[in-house]
Amino acid sequence: MSVVQETGGKAAGWTDDRLGESNFIRRSLNKVFPDHWSFMLGEIALYSFIVILLTGVYLTLWFKPSMIEVVYDGSYAPLKGVKMSESMASTLDISFDVRGGLLIRQIHHMAALFFVAAIAIHMMRVFFTGAFRKPREMNWVIGVVLFLLAIAAGFSGYSLPDDLLSGTGLRITQGIIQASPVIGTWLSFLIFDGEFPGTAFIPRLYSVHILLIPGLILALVTAHLMMVWYQKHTQFPGPGRTNENVVGYPLMPVYMAKAGGFFFVVFGMLVALAGLIQINPIWAYGPYMPDQVTAGSQPDWYVGFLDGALRLMPPWEIVAFGYTLSLNLIIPAMVLAPVLLVLVGAYPWIERYALGRDTGEHHLLDRPRNAPTRTALGVAMVTFYIVLMIGGGNDIIAYNFDLSFNTMIRVLQVLLFVGPVVAFIVTKRLCLSLQRRDRDLLLHGRETGRVLRLPSGEFLEIHEEVDEESKAKILAKPDIEPLALPEAVDDSGVVNPTSRKQRRRSRWSRFFFTDNVPLPSDEELTEARKHIDHELDDAVEAGSKAAKEISEH
Amino acid sequence: MLLLLGALAIVGTIYALVNTSTAARAAGSVQSETAVEEGRALYLEGCASCHGLNAEGTSVAPSLIGAGAASVHFQVATGRMPLAAPTIQVERKEPSYSEPQITALAAYIATLGPGPAIPTAEQLDTTNADLAVGGELFRTNCAQCHNFAGSGAALTEGKYAPSLMDATPQEVYEAMLTGPQNMPVFGDGTLPVGEKQDILKYVGHLQTQTQPGGASLGSFGPVTEGAMIFTLGFGLLAGAAVWIGAKLR
Amino acid sequence: MSDSTETQPDFVPANIAHHPRRTDVDPKAAKRAERQVATMFVLAALLILASVAAYVLIPVDAGVAVPLMGPIGALNAALGLSLGLGILLIGLGAIQWARKLMPGTEVVAMRHEMRSSDEARADAVEAFDRGLADSGFAQRPLIRRTLIGAMLVLPLPLVVLLRDLYTAPEGAPSPVEQLEETIWEPGVRIVTDVTGNPIKAEDVPVGGLVAAVPANLHEVEEEDGNLNARAKAPIILVRMAPDEIVSQQAPREGEAWDYQGILAYSKICTHVGCPIALYEQRTHHLLCPCHQSTFALADSGNVVFGPAARQMPQLPITVDDEGYLVAVSDFQQPVGPSFWERS
Repeated sequence: MSVVQETGGKAAGWTDDRLGESNFIRRSLNKVFPDHWSFMLGEIALYSFIVILLTGVYLTLWFKPSMIEVVYDGSYAPLKGVKMSESMASTLDISFDVRGGLLIRQIHHMAALFFVAAIAIHMMRVFFTGAFRKPREMNWVIGVVLFLLAIAAGFSGYSLPDDLLSGTGLRITQGIIQASPVIGTWLSFLIFDGEFPGTAFIPRLYSVHILLIPGLILALVTAHLMMVWYQKHTQFPGPGRTNENVVGYPLMPVYMAKAGGFFFVVFGMLVALAGLIQINPIWAYGPYMPDQVTAGSQPDWYVGFLDGALRLMPPWEIVAFGYTLSLNLIIPAMVLAPVLLVLVGAYPWIERYALGRDTGEHHLLDRPRNAPTRTALGVAMVTFYIVLMIGGGNDIIAYNFDLSFNTMIRVLQVLLFVGPVVAFIVTKRLCLSLQRRDRDLLLHGRETGRVLRLPSGEFLEIHEEVDEESKAKILAKPDIEPLALPEAVDDSGVVNPTSRKQRRRSRWSRFFFTDNVPLPSDEELTEARKHIDHELDDAVEAGSKAAKEISEH
Repeated sequence: MLLLLGALAIVGTIYALVNTSTAARAAGSVQSETAVEEGRALYLEGCASCHGLNAEGTSVAPSLIGAGAASVHFQVATGRMPLAAPTIQVERKEPSYSEPQITALAAYIATLGPGPAIPTAEQLDTTNADLAVGGELFRTNCAQCHNFAGSGAALTEGKYAPSLMDATPQEVYEAMLTGPQNMPVFGDGTLPVGEKQDILKYVGHLQTQTQPGGASLGSFGPVTEGAMIFTLGFGLLAGAAVWIGAKLR
Repeated sequence: MSDSTETQPDFVPANIAHHPRRTDVDPKAAKRAERQVATMFVLAALLILASVAAYVLIPVDAGVAVPLMGPIGALNAALGLSLGLGILLIGLGAIQWARKLMPGTEVVAMRHEMRSSDEARADAVEAFDRGLADSGFAQRPLIRRTLIGAMLVLPLPLVVLLRDLYTAPEGAPSPVEQLEETIWEPGVRIVTDVTGNPIKAEDVPVGGLVAAVPANLHEVEEEDGNLNARAKAPIILVRMAPDEIVSQQAPREGEAWDYQGILAYSKICTHVGCPIALYEQRTHHLLCPCHQSTFALADSGNVVFGPAARQMPQLPITVDDEGYLVAVSDFQQPVGPSFWERS
């Protein structure tokens, strides 16, 4: 026994006498994690968050969240003598007078962009594979809330340095708050302690950014991970993988090394990128002045869809009875985002409603093609989001690709509604053809690329049965029957009181599950297997028969 | 095919001859009077078809009477004029005339009516200019169209404010003075010479600055940063994730 | 956690075809992998030490020319690259270790239904019911109702306590009144932004653009200690040939708010308040860089494109005795984004 093991054992014994943790550790170290590259997307989010926490603490050592006006006297010459808030000045100090401060600032900002992006992509993975189904609905909702919190964390941090770009962003935020129906004026005055910009907002935002939001994220991330731990990770179908087991590598040592190593990969990549690529150059934007602006005033990517929604909105405003209702702000900024979030968060129940029955727990993931309506709905949603996001960057796109942003806006206004419909139809068709291809693979085997010429002169490509892994994957497809239309009046003439409700549900269910290419039945499979095995013999036989006939004639 | 090539060769030769002869003429003109003469000749040859025989303007091009030497120099030195056909946005390209020819053209147009003159060397001298004030003036007067870093940005209906990265101090000065195309005029009354010099100094800084944080991605702000995250960033990370999960033989 | 705490978790080798790796069968390959991983860790240590050296040696303002990137900050690049690659190599080493040398066979663990047993459920319900009964929560409505009542009013002070997020300075007008007015007053001179010089009419050429503020702005800012006035008062001056002006916001026919073709418009967008000065002198369009609302300055500042619903407010101007441009009055409508109480 080595010294390490000996001392380690002693220490473990000491704590186990007091906490009795060995039971937990025994189970935990043997915990099995399935391996798939897409399962690491959530890890990217988690690791980015850890990097954000580490670098964020470093930044607080110098940052001064204050809107008191000072005259900048640091070492960045092009701003020397310029009046700015202390907040901006201290951010410049971090960038130019604290050695390495700029790197940490850039890592922090870059990690924040990655954090939100990784959550979004992770959510797509979970959605398209159906990992949100029972028993994981709660974790899906937590994830949606985390996405929202991550955006809030990002935007509040982006706004803190009080540079020209972020100040413009705050001005827009304030304008939207001010336009809220009934309470807008007062809400804005309370938040900003009077008119915009005032001197209170950044200190207030600071405590939200470094205390409130990270605290909530930390709590929810913990809950999220505990649930993943307790419910065990989902897995893709494959040989030996069932709904009742989990196949993968044990936590100790393989998964620990891989996941721990991946943390360093994410961390290291963020640091290297922050060293080579300039991000959020606040010194170039200059300090915020409410009467200055730069062309291309954009928020960070995750707010881009809201900015796009604001741009695509027609100029609707209702003035009646001496009051103003700014629909041009209320719809894109106050209605759209919550509606999208609720729709996404409620999706597990929307699908469950169509399913109409409890199908137990789902631990085997769906391949996206095997849930065509879900996949198509998801792609439609992503299309909608991307159209909004393009709207948010249309001036940059227009300038760099020689387009007119006016034309772009008009096109995007149409695409916002047409795009998702087209995306839905195309995706669904695509899924169904992939299903058909899977069925063909089972029934006719894999094309080997080996072509034979038969004595009769006929050409034949040899087919082979698909390998075990593909077969297991294909066979894991669930064939779901849509709910049948209920009888309005039953056999004995009694009117079904809930028939309308059931009818609605059945319609929804048929929308979801009618289009489906069923798996071949067992008989078909045996038949097909026979055929594939004897393909060559049959062909040769048929060919020689044909040759004989020809020669007889 | 051969015929076409031959025709091209002949046209090319003629063009080259004409060009060298005009250049030779321009080089010889030193006195201002000859410069005006020279400019008039160049004008009639290359500009009059659109701007009119007496620079009075036509339906396709504005009058140049009172446009001033600075305007002519800006438009021709940046290659914006002469223009093959009217377009929504006049683009910067290689100039078609040599510097002496441009000066001659400018001298001719200046005789037609009073207009802003070509800035002198003193006016373009930024030794005593204030970089920080230049930055403030830039953010107040220029950044709204040319963007915070002078990278250029979109205007309405496909027009745009061009990048300032290739503009010489003289061109920047002339542009402020004359308001080419849709750019407004920043007259000496509200933006005096000293302040213009401050702006020149800041633009010079933008053109040559060291980017403290690394590659600037064109200095377009968060849109390009986001695009980088999703392409380069997630490309690398997805690659790493696939590598981690790949089965070894 | 689950009920299998007492027994060893179901943990069996997977019934899956497993191809042995080179490192499983060839000791040389395993040795090579070991050296590979160790090299990565050594390189990582060296790179991390190099980052410390970079921190000490490279001045904070030094630049370095990199192909394709142009001149970039040397310290930032050196620190980022050395530290980043160092950390990255620790990760790559660990992963390579796991991939090549740690057990390559997958294992299987059994899942257990999340649902508790019926017994456990019944027990839980029973325990809760018993507790509820023992507390008397159901039997003593007086206690129950008064407790609920007390809890209901508890959030109230939490909301009330937020009231003083806005503390109005003494004598300050109501929020709505504040939004409705700016610091422009009759006779206040129009001065250039940044430099604060008064402007004569002849200083503004046709096709010209001037970013301007009221002359008293600096005083007000000093007094208030904030930039609030600057968020509403800034204007732009543009000058066009008088025959190009199609219409103005003057309230009565024949009246005009320009001065010899010089028009003063608010700089604050009526959509969400971005400052706008993207003025196209040929089309006389003013474009907001935030959401692309476009205003026709030759035509009363009306919206011709984009999401803004209201025209850009015009400031009536004239000249004073010394010939400097001054405001005739404040704006005749609120500047900036809309608000509920606005009619």
